[in-house]
Amino acid sequence: MSAVIKRFPVRLDTRRGAVDMTHGSGGRAMAQLIEELFVKHLDNELLGQGNDQALFPVDAGRMVMSTDGHVISPLFFPGGDIGALAVHGTINDVAMSGAKPLYLSAAFILEEGLPLADLERVVVSMAEAAASADVPVVTGDTKVVERGKGDGIFITTTGIGVVSEGVNISGNRAQPGDAILVSGTIGDHGVAIMSSRENLEFETSIESDSAALHTLVADMVNAVGDIHCLRDPTRGGLATTLNELAHQSGVGMKLNEDAIPVNPAVMAACELLGLDPLYVANEGKLICICSPDDANSLLDVMRAHPHGRNAARIGEVGEDAHGFVQMETSFGGQRVIDWLAGEQLPRIC
Amino acid sequence: MKYVEEFRARGLARKLSAAIAGEADSDRQYNIMEFCGGHTHAIFRYGVQDLMPDNVKFVHGPGCPVCVLPIGRIDNAIALAEQREVILCTYGDMLRVPASGRKSLLKAKATGADVRMVYSTRDALKIARDHPDREVVFFAIGFETTTPPTAVAIRQAQSEGLEKFSVFCNHVLTPAAIQNILESPEVREIGSVCIDGFLGPSHVSSIIGSQPYEFFAEEFQKPVVIAGFEPLDVMQSALMLIRQINEGRHEVENEYTRVVTREGNRKAQQLVADVFELRRAFEWRGLGLVPYSALQIKSAYADFDAERRFDVPEIKASDVKGCECPSILRGVKKPTDCKLFGTVCTPENPMGSCMVSSEGACAAYWSYGRMRAPEVVEVKVESVA
Amino acid sequence: MCLALPARIVAMDAVTEVATVAIGEVRKDVSVALIDSPAIDDYVLIHVGYALNRISEEEAQRTLELFAEAGLLEEEDV
Repeated sequence: MSAVIKRFPVRLDTRRGAVDMTHGSGGRAMAQLIEELFVKHLDNELLGQGNDQALFPVDAGRMVMSTDGHVISPLFFPGGDIGALAVHGTINDVAMSGAKPLYLSAAFILEEGLPLADLERVVVSMAEAAASADVPVVTGDTKVVERGKGDGIFITTTGIGVVSEGVNISGNRAQPGDAILVSGTIGDHGVAIMSSRENLEFETSIESDSAALHTLVADMVNAVGDIHCLRDPTRGGLATTLNELAHQSGVGMKLNEDAIPVNPAVMAACELLGLDPLYVANEGKLICICSPDDANSLLDVMRAHPHGRNAARIGEVGEDAHGFVQMETSFGGQRVIDWLAGEQLPRIC
Repeated sequence: MKYVEEFRARGLARKLSAAIAGEADSDRQYNIMEFCGGHTHAIFRYGVQDLMPDNVKFVHGPGCPVCVLPIGRIDNAIALAEQREVILCTYGDMLRVPASGRKSLLKAKATGADVRMVYSTRDALKIARDHPDREVVFFAIGFETTTPPTAVAIRQAQSEGLEKFSVFCNHVLTPAAIQNILESPEVREIGSVCIDGFLGPSHVSSIIGSQPYEFFAEEFQKPVVIAGFEPLDVMQSALMLIRQINEGRHEVENEYTRVVTREGNRKAQQLVADVFELRRAFEWRGLGLVPYSALQIKSAYADFDAERRFDVPEIKASDVKGCECPSILRGVKKPTDCKLFGTVCTPENPMGSCMVSSEGACAAYWSYGRMRAPEVVEVKVESVA
Repeated sequence: MCLALPARIVAMDAVTEVATVAIGEVRKDVSVALIDSPAIDDYVLIHVGYALNRISEEEAQRTLELFAEAGLLEEEDV
């Protein structure tokens, strides 16, 4: 950190203060917010330099870049918050190419009136997530919008990473005969969010599965050189992501409902609300499509990692001009698993 | 989950499948109408049709309260929501149903109407308590299962003195709808929609009992089996219907004995009778005007009747041109018979309620059944289309 | 129709007619105003935040036995 010239006579009141328009105006108030809140917690050398950009060397090779906007409400939910979610989400998007994530940027749009205590809580959470993933937030931006024009906080994160030679993971590489693997139980995140939404409250111990998956991916890539596809099933759930992959690769898929891991508590909550766990969001899971010969080694590697304990083989890729994702139900019948149309809403019928 | 998983067991499914195949007479067709949208949903979600022999087919009926609500009533709800002082509370099912002018409650919310999704009338009551300065209108839909909760809510509002809470009532009655289908020209005279038997609704029956169906079985000489809504219940009930049909019986049988009795839930029935009375007629999408088929709030509770508190004009709105929801709801046509199905009308861009509602025949077919070949059952409608 | 789910009553307030029910480990508060003399450990069917009816354990057993029987009869015939 720079020399000890006290630029701000009064410290930022993070207990009782709130965001106001001056925090976004580019003046002293904004500088103080950045220094005493963002830089203080996100604390790393590049960010500490205080420039509008971060300067760092890169190795020759192929780079990956990814960006995400985070608008989740409520800001704090069982097992996570918007800050950790933002960090994990972008790390994961970068990692799904097989890349090692290097740095993150974070742009905040704050709503006038947001309690500074809440903002600090979010930033601290981001800092913890970034530190444990070893992927620092090296540059950022802050803007403030008038009350009523934002949902508390919107965060946009961008991440970059590097991909090793020979790694070629892409959504269009699924081939007939490939195995479809999932790294763990589905539906946890979406249900955790629902349980804290107004007018839907129910009590449960279910927590969001929000997690950074880059070390899991690194283990997988080390074990098997030629993974075909990796993707994290976030919005729209497992079903939507599988449909995307099937569509991109021009193939069909056949799943086995019995093999798909679902936490019994998530199952119960979904039954209660009339939701299908296949369409419920996940924030700490990945889908892997690989040659059938590599499936067992990958499963072993995944299960040895804390974020892959419940990894399972859930189906296989086949030829299909229509690109249908089909499933044999646990009941013994067949059904098509379609894309999600719009948001899945709780129903009474 | 107790009382759920046991009724979805694969092993038992196979046994029942063999039993049905064994008892169904290969020389004839069995068309079973499952009246209730919940059954439609279960059949598709679990792939029950795959476990049935080819000559046993399910015909999907109009038992989806979202699907049968006429567009005009949704227009009314949107108009209510667009009034500044109103908070409109609705079940999630109604949010995306297309109304006139390509509007919907969800779109109205996007343009500033205060529309809030609730899981229960209890949540709506809470909103009324928390916002005593606003008019809180609950958009009530549903068959006899969902009506008692609305009755309890209205009485609760009265006892708490929640003066600005009201209900926009669109509750409809099952027996009236069944009667309407059985009396329709296609079924009675032309005989082109051949329904051999009915799977009776599970939860409506838990409230009204099995007794109201005895009239239909007798009058129309069709067997009725009240079926639970788990897939094994559906299969067992189909088996019971097949037996009745084979033996030339037309009785009301109850497969869902763990919840349904002959008298039903008397306490719930009394509460409903206290708060609601019959409307002389109510328009159903697809069925037209059906006499004594819907409920309105009694004058004793007039303060809580949105239709008396607000100006709620009758709006005659028509379906999108080419939309076959009316025929599909009556079991006269299949989703694939509709020219809009899969072309203009998709789950992302629904034209009618059959595609929006999770139990609408079109949505179910789209989401679960498109990989199957078109069904064998031919609906010979000889009238002018 | 009507999405309704079996749940077990784990706590109850007879005055407000509100019970806490458990579906697996998920808990929700529902109204029991439609049930006669609800009691802890009763299994009820819940729909839109209300318990609609009790579930009879005996009848549930009997129904499951019916399913199993159907299969058996068929096997015997063949």
